[in-house]
Amino acid sequence: MDNPFQLWVYLSATPLLWLTITVVAWLGADAIAKASGRHPLVNPVLIAILTVAGLLAVTGTPYARYFEGAQFVHFLLGPATVALAIPMFANIRTVRRNLVPMVAALIAGAVTAIVSTIAIAAASGAPQKVLVALAPKSVTAAIAMGISEGLGGEPALTAVLVITTGILGAVMMTPLMNLLRIRDQAARGFAVGLASHGIGTAQAFTVDPVAGTFAGIAMGLNAVASAFLVPAVFRLMAG
Amino acid sequence: MLRAFGLLLACQLLGEVLVRLAGWPVPGPVMGLILLVAGLGLAARLGKVAPETVTASELGRTSSALIAALGILFVPAGAGVVQHFGQIAAHGAAIAVALVVSTILTLTVTAAVFVAVRRAMDRGEE
Repeated sequence: MDNPFQLWVYLSATPLLWLTITVVAWLGADAIAKASGRHPLVNPVLIAILTVAGLLAVTGTPYARYFEGAQFVHFLLGPATVALAIPMFANIRTVRRNLVPMVAALIAGAVTAIVSTIAIAAASGAPQKVLVALAPKSVTAAIAMGISEGLGGEPALTAVLVITTGILGAVMMTPLMNLLRIRDQAARGFAVGLASHGIGTAQAFTVDPVAGTFAGIAMGLNAVASAFLVPAVFRLMAG
Repeated sequence: MLRAFGLLLACQLLGEVLVRLAGWPVPGPVMGLILLVAGLGLAARLGKVAPETVTASELGRTSSALIAALGILFVPAGAGVVQHFGQIAAHGAAIAVALVVSTILTLTVTAAVFVAVRRAMDRGEE
């Protein structure tokens, strides 16, 4: 290695570089969020994504090469989802007591999420392809991608819209709930988990463990409900 | 820690196998979560675990560590935004309005229905 360019060529081709950058970008973003007193507008997921996306653009690195390194972080989403079983079990009595409100809120929320997105985007002139990618926006990324793919949408575009929705909901949850005077942590958590899946759940856990538990439940329930509801809505629209 | 991580992975694997064999639209990890809650419920009946103590157990501590890092796990997929600038920019206004308004509506309706139904139930119990 006799010049820095060669070093860059070597490093940029190994998974180590982009894996390290992902972790460091997150630590920096989380430190900024902490310094702001966890202000809802200072979302660490958004800051870290913008940092990484900016570095990819500046260095001209293809996303596929970035993902070779970042996939190790991405993979942990699966076991982390399973891990939500622990707070759920720890709060099992609270969960059982709220079973009826949860089912009612799930149906109302899932239908609102799907129908309002399609209606607004269609009224603004978005084509069918974009409508299909948008419809499962509140569903956790892996399932949302499957739903939109099944309807002829573009899974990668769906993933981006899903993550944007996650960040929006995480940012808006606390100010919106304060405005509505809804103080119940179970209701707050359930709403943000349903509207904003795992990113909302991550935010809810930093606020309150009960809110986090209900967010995790809502995320799982909405994934299942929407897998049936989204295709049904498009069938109704076509018929 | 490794034993707990192995259990989480095993639940996920079992979940994946189950949904694929049954052809359900449920994601594998969500099925893994359901299996683990059911398994913990069963173990609680046998007196092996309790909701009060699970958080302090090896499984509880490993899970807390993973959940505390939940945010970073969305960064790799989110960075994929670089690939879709064109398509998003072309329908930027429609997408932005749909996402913002629909998210506000969804949060409001979900929380309001939750609170309303719970209040109605509490009144019924009195």
